[in-house]
Amino acid sequence: MSPQPEASSLVELEGVCKSFRRGDEVLPVLEGLSLRVRRGEFFALMGPSGSGKSTLLHLIAGLDRPDAGVIRVGGIEITALSETELTAWRARSVGFVFQFYHLIPVLTALENVELPLLLTGLDRRRRRAHAEVALELVGLSDRRDHTPARLSGGQQQRVAIARALVTDPPLVVADEPTGDLDRVAAGEILDLLERLSARWGKTILLVTHDPRAARRAHTVRVLDKGALIDARETLDPECR
Amino acid sequence: MLAKLWIRNAARHPLRTALTLIAVGVAILAFGLLGTLLEAWHAGVSAASAHRLVVRHGISLTFSLPIAYRERIRTVEAVRAITHMTWFGGFFRERKNFFANFAVEASSFFGLYPEYRLSEGERAAFLRDRRGCVIGRGLAERFGWKLGDAVPLQGTIYPGVWTFTVRGIYVGRDRGVDENQFFFHWDILNERLKEKMPLRANRVGIFVIEVRQPEEAAETAIAVDAIFRSSPAETQTETERAFQMGFVSMSAAILAAIRVVSLVIVVILLAVVSNTMIMSVRERLREYAILKTLGFGPGFLSALILGESLTLCAAGGALGTVALYPALEILRGLLGAYFPVVAPAPETLLLGGLACLAVGTFAAAVPVRAVLSTPIVEALGRVG
Repeated sequence: MSPQPEASSLVELEGVCKSFRRGDEVLPVLEGLSLRVRRGEFFALMGPSGSGKSTLLHLIAGLDRPDAGVIRVGGIEITALSETELTAWRARSVGFVFQFYHLIPVLTALENVELPLLLTGLDRRRRRAHAEVALELVGLSDRRDHTPARLSGGQQQRVAIARALVTDPPLVVADEPTGDLDRVAAGEILDLLERLSARWGKTILLVTHDPRAARRAHTVRVLDKGALIDARETLDPECR
Repeated sequence: MLAKLWIRNAARHPLRTALTLIAVGVAILAFGLLGTLLEAWHAGVSAASAHRLVVRHGISLTFSLPIAYRERIRTVEAVRAITHMTWFGGFFRERKNFFANFAVEASSFFGLYPEYRLSEGERAAFLRDRRGCVIGRGLAERFGWKLGDAVPLQGTIYPGVWTFTVRGIYVGRDRGVDENQFFFHWDILNERLKEKMPLRANRVGIFVIEVRQPEEAAETAIAVDAIFRSSPAETQTETERAFQMGFVSMSAAILAAIRVVSLVIVVILLAVVSNTMIMSVRERLREYAILKTLGFGPGFLSALILGESLTLCAAGGALGTVALYPALEILRGLLGAYFPVVAPAPETLLLGGLACLAVGTFAAAVPVRAVLSTPIVEALGRVG
């Protein structure tokens, strides 16, 4: 096991490199990137399209592996885990929120939220109880039996957040969670993410194009040409 | 939750699901019909007794044997009883009303065939009435005949109209027994032949021997044939099973074709279900990636896809099996005269079930592999 990260850091990246192959061409996306995200921090990552934001998010969430470098989350060096260990780690350590919600269309809101709990060994009654609490937290108890097709975009995203929360992971990664929503719905989702960080102490890792969304974060970084820069100065003053 | 996902995923595209179910149902129906047909073909073999031997003319079954052979056969040590049967080949009113009809030795015949259950009273009535006949329950139901009815048979091998009175209706001891046969006194046939065709009189189609023990069958057959070696009508003695197999083997090419078609049906079934599963899973590749993201491993994903495939096959198979029974009613109406038993054997239903299971499993193999081998990031479609 690698050395423990700083006490306040939940996520720690050291010299992470990642490239993609397109035919014979190798496209470097991240080159020797290092980063620390504190526990309970609301961290926003911005950058132009193709800059590697989502790639970085996938690496931190254990969905992909770097070509080189070390990634530690909650003291665990996830780059050293086997595929099976990584899958189990994701189930207990990371909650996911995607731009297009990615709910299972044949399941109701409650069943979608209950889904990750199948991996926890809880019995059906307790799974239901946990899922109901999570739905209540996002204000959708009255929509529990609705399938995603019968929910608005904002409601679907709230269900996705409830699903991300239900196993009580320390880290929630959100990839453009407001990208498909109108301004009001986007505002509600950002309020919710903000609350998760402030009230529940969750570490939120947000990838966004939207400066309004980034404005809610404690820390904003811009990923540009494989390097991270502090973005507070670059944000539109209106959005700050 | 898993079972819920199997059913809901399987029903996600109603039209596609309906078409797949119909295809699986029709395939299982065809598989069941062909299997039942094969069973029907072999019903005589299955019903054959290990205690019985058949003595026929050495050249061909179309040649008859002298009735005088009976007493000489009886001298063979292991022979416990003997009777004889002669194919009559008549029909009732029209040629399409065909069924198996035999002239038999009334006094001994039912003693050698205990599987044809006949009440003592009816047996006695048959023995008393030389113009009487005994018919199977299936035949009685088919033509609405009852005890005391006069039944005219139009002879083909033995010309003229032959009228018999129904004196008994036998019932099969088990489902494999042919209940569509017609038996009458050989004496009547023989007397008419003596008058009109004396050269064909005093002859029978086959002798049926009952041996004391099945183990004595081979030895007895050799002994019987040895008696008539170098005579004008040499015999060929074989077990009843071998005798029945002789009829089946005459249709060997047809039976082989039926088996091949059955196999082809299973292959078509596999192609249909595989196609449905591959299309469905390809459309949902992103959903499976989400499940992987949430922490579900290869076991859950495989079970999810396999379960959906098996659900489709099970539902289609059930549909086909339910449709099999009315379809067999129609088949029974068309072929009942030729095949004693037209009913699906448990083995046929089991084979259909196994075919569904195998198809469901194999059809899931390619989609499972695709899901497990596609990286999450690629399936999510977001790189860069």
